[in-house]
Amino acid sequence: MSGPASSSKKSCCSCSPLFSSSIGRKWIVALTGIVLVLFVIGHLLGNLSIFLGPDAMNAYAAFLKSTGELLWIVRIVLLTCVVLHIWFTITLWHENKRARPQKYAVKNELGTTVYARLMRISGLTVLAFVIYHLAQFTWEAFNPEYKTWVDAQGRHDVYRMVVTAFSCPLVSGFYLIAVGLLGMHLSHGIASLFQTLGLSNQKLRPVFERGGLILAWILFVGFASIPASVLLGLVKVTSGLPSCPVCH
Amino acid sequence: MSTMHFHLRLWKQKSATDQGEFIEIDAKEIPSECSFLEMLDIVNNRLTREGKEPVSFASDCREGICGTCHMVINGVPQGPGRGAACQVYMRKFSNGQTITVEPYRVGAFPIVKDLVVNRSAYDRIIRSGGFISEHTGGAPDASATLIPKPVADAAMDAAACIGCGACAAACPNSSAMLFVGAKVTHLGLLPQGQAERKKRARSMVRTMQEEGFGNCSNYYACEAVCPAGVKADVISMLNREYIRGELSEAVGAID
Repeated sequence: MSGPASSSKKSCCSCSPLFSSSIGRKWIVALTGIVLVLFVIGHLLGNLSIFLGPDAMNAYAAFLKSTGELLWIVRIVLLTCVVLHIWFTITLWHENKRARPQKYAVKNELGTTVYARLMRISGLTVLAFVIYHLAQFTWEAFNPEYKTWVDAQGRHDVYRMVVTAFSCPLVSGFYLIAVGLLGMHLSHGIASLFQTLGLSNQKLRPVFERGGLILAWILFVGFASIPASVLLGLVKVTSGLPSCPVCH
Repeated sequence: MSTMHFHLRLWKQKSATDQGEFIEIDAKEIPSECSFLEMLDIVNNRLTREGKEPVSFASDCREGICGTCHMVINGVPQGPGRGAACQVYMRKFSNGQTITVEPYRVGAFPIVKDLVVNRSAYDRIIRSGGFISEHTGGAPDASATLIPKPVADAAMDAAACIGCGACAAACPNSSAMLFVGAKVTHLGLLPQGQAERKKRARSMVRTMQEEGFGNCSNYYACEAVCPAGVKADVISMLNREYIRGELSEAVGAID
């Protein structure tokens, strides 16, 4: 059955079908998705230190910076996951579009959820947000003065930077939209990865679907609580009024 | 016997290369106990009498077993409700309703004429792995191979697939994963299917891709329309079986 006939049919170069087949690529998207979900959970837990006050948040930020090479390893792993996650999704999506050359005259959503249908738009918006978010808080490209802000202990004053940035409704608004779309992306993504990894069945699927939705809501509420608290004045800087970096 | 009337929009297309278009027909005095296909028969007979060309559609058993009557009725492959298109009855529609009938829109199922598509891509997928090796000679005792009841039940649920193509037609990606999953689950669960098990998922998925079907996005539209009630469990099992086979191959395992 197999032998030369099947080996000549192998797609593309010498790469394993794990990286070219329909299911192999979906496994990669699912596995990298797990890494990214774990990052999002960890990132939220770290961010929530803002509610413990300036000292806790600045100490947490200083601790992250002090990990040195480890931080860079994590960053490279995350970047690799992002690239693989998006690249394989794009190739799969391209094939999916080709597989349905003509649309139906009568559209019927049949069983699909709105979260599932919005995966591409939610994913790409989150990607755009992540780049903006890195430029704002990691590279501090929009407000270079952030680099000079230090607290009483001489640490980078991340707390003041975050509160100042979020006191602008535009910045907070984009953030809220992005974490909302992230929640929608994760609600389908988390439930979906169990199916893709072959861990789901008729009994477990509702559990994964509800679990994904609940986790997505928890993450959304957690992230949204930060700009919301700043806008509501629950979290504020003690020394001097923050000036909005966008509208001034 | 009450009669109903409907406004039909039927797809007309001379051949695979033709552009194709909807034709509008007022179907008057249709007996309410007609099946959907019988209604199309009446409409076609009238068209023939008027010297016009009837609308081509495929059908065979007309009792919900074979799945030949592939068509998309108001956006639903194989029509609304459980069962194949031949199991749709006109009394389920409201009097005067507009009904749009179009062919499956799946790149891997090229249109032959009007509502008829060529589904032989599914046959080629079956040929690549949807079979078992079996002894020749006398039939063994039915009780010779012991199969636990839950396994037999799950295999039978997957074996209910009639290969009608509604899964690929409903899938926004035109993916055939429910069909392939049903075959891989049905044969992979039973002792008789073990000899080819490692290779089966790999070769069927490869053929599925070569035929131009899309990839699964876990939309579950397939499950929602399947006339045989096959569940998306089978896709989960296919994902598992595929990776198991592929990893075995990658590390050079014999079995």
